[in-house]
Amino acid sequence: MLFDLLNFGKKKASKDIAKERLKLVLIHDRANVSPQFLEMVKGEIIKVIQNYMDIDEGALDIQLTKTESEDGENYVPALVANIPIKKVKDSGK
Amino acid sequence: MGEVLVVTSGKGGVGKTTTTANIGTGLSLLGKKVVLIDTDIGLRNLDVVLGLENRIVYDLVDVIEGACRTKQALIKDKRFDGLYLLPAAQTRDKSAVNPEQMLNLCEELKEEYDYILIDCPAGIEQGFKNAIAGADKAIVVTTPEVSAVRDADRIIGLLEANEVRAPKLIVNRVRPDMVKRGDMMSINDIIDILAIDLVGVVPDDENIIVSTNRGEPAVADNKSLAGQAYRNITKRIMGEDIPLLDLESSQGFISKVKRIFKL
Ligand SMILES: Nc1ncnc2c1ncn2[C@@H]1O[C@H](COP(=O)(O)OP(=O)(O)OP(=O)(O)O)[C@@H](O)[C@H]1O
Ligand SMILES: [Mg+2]
Repeated sequence: MLFDLLNFGKKKASKDIAKERLKLVLIHDRANVSPQFLEMVKGEIIKVIQNYMDIDEGALDIQLTKTESEDGENYVPALVANIPIKKVKDSGK
Repeated sequence: MGEVLVVTSGKGGVGKTTTTANIGTGLSLLGKKVVLIDTDIGLRNLDVVLGLENRIVYDLVDVIEGACRTKQALIKDKRFDGLYLLPAAQTRDKSAVNPEQMLNLCEELKEEYDYILIDCPAGIEQGFKNAIAGADKAIVVTTPEVSAVRDADRIIGLLEANEVRAPKLIVNRVRPDMVKRGDMMSINDIIDILAIDLVGVVPDDENIIVSTNRGEPAVADNKSLAGQAYRNITKRIMGEDIPLLDLESSQGFISKVKRIFKL
């Protein structure tokens, strides 16, 4: 408890910064992609989806992360997109 | 039939040669027949770490080129029964050897020795490709630093791509005091990131420098904490289930007092 109080207001532990930086850099190392590449993918996805629905472009979040592989033994990169929909167009009918 | 283990890291200077020398010596102390191959052509070092530098006649390139028989180039360690070194050539470069030749050499040595340990050079070029060519398994060495862990991750990917399966991790030069105050990534942090199995943790220990000065691997020194870590790793490689070393007990008087009073 005393320990916690003494640490209060202190800077983040450097090892946590190291870990966060590593995690980010490895996502790109592993998938062999650059942020520009992600922006391109994002642009294309928006274009396609807009044909079918109105989406909240500002809140669109797309990132490369990792997920467990099918055999559960390894981690593989995964593309995760969170795309808030405002309205589904009915032109698709 | 023996087993070929490559000791690799990507980043230079993290402890591959030290690890190879200690695990190799450790295995021989447990009665195994072991050959250590230095594949760092042009920058050989395993000979001096083992204290065998004055006994070199032939080297790896001589064997590959057929200038001598394999047996003639193997230096028998007189202190440790069953331990042999095949030194790297010092005046040639990495292109003097190709992966197929390394594979053949490993196959030949497996017939007669229990373990063949390959000390890999830093990097991911020709020297790395040679070193992994004949390997059944890999030991990846890293230190708790961003650059070393990043390179280890790259190496793990390359090992997988080259079908050297299930690499095992050694975290070297750990400083429990720094981990405790949050200035060094912990073993769990590193495992969490690299997602591979751990085979051991070696503390940062000045005994390593002293033993390298003398050319006597720390694994043979009962008083060295790093030596204890290497003895444990050796047993784990042989399939024993040995718990991790309590590195905190090495922190001297104050921390012992703290532990007694459960601080
Ligand atoms: N656990 C340790 N504690 C203290 N010093 C260490 C430890 N492990 C290695 N060292 C020191 O770190 C230095 C580099 O070690 P080593 O030569 O084994 O690394 P390496 O990975 O083989 O390097 P290279 O990539 O150049 O081949 C040496 O001076 C060695 O004594
Ligand atoms: Mg080396």
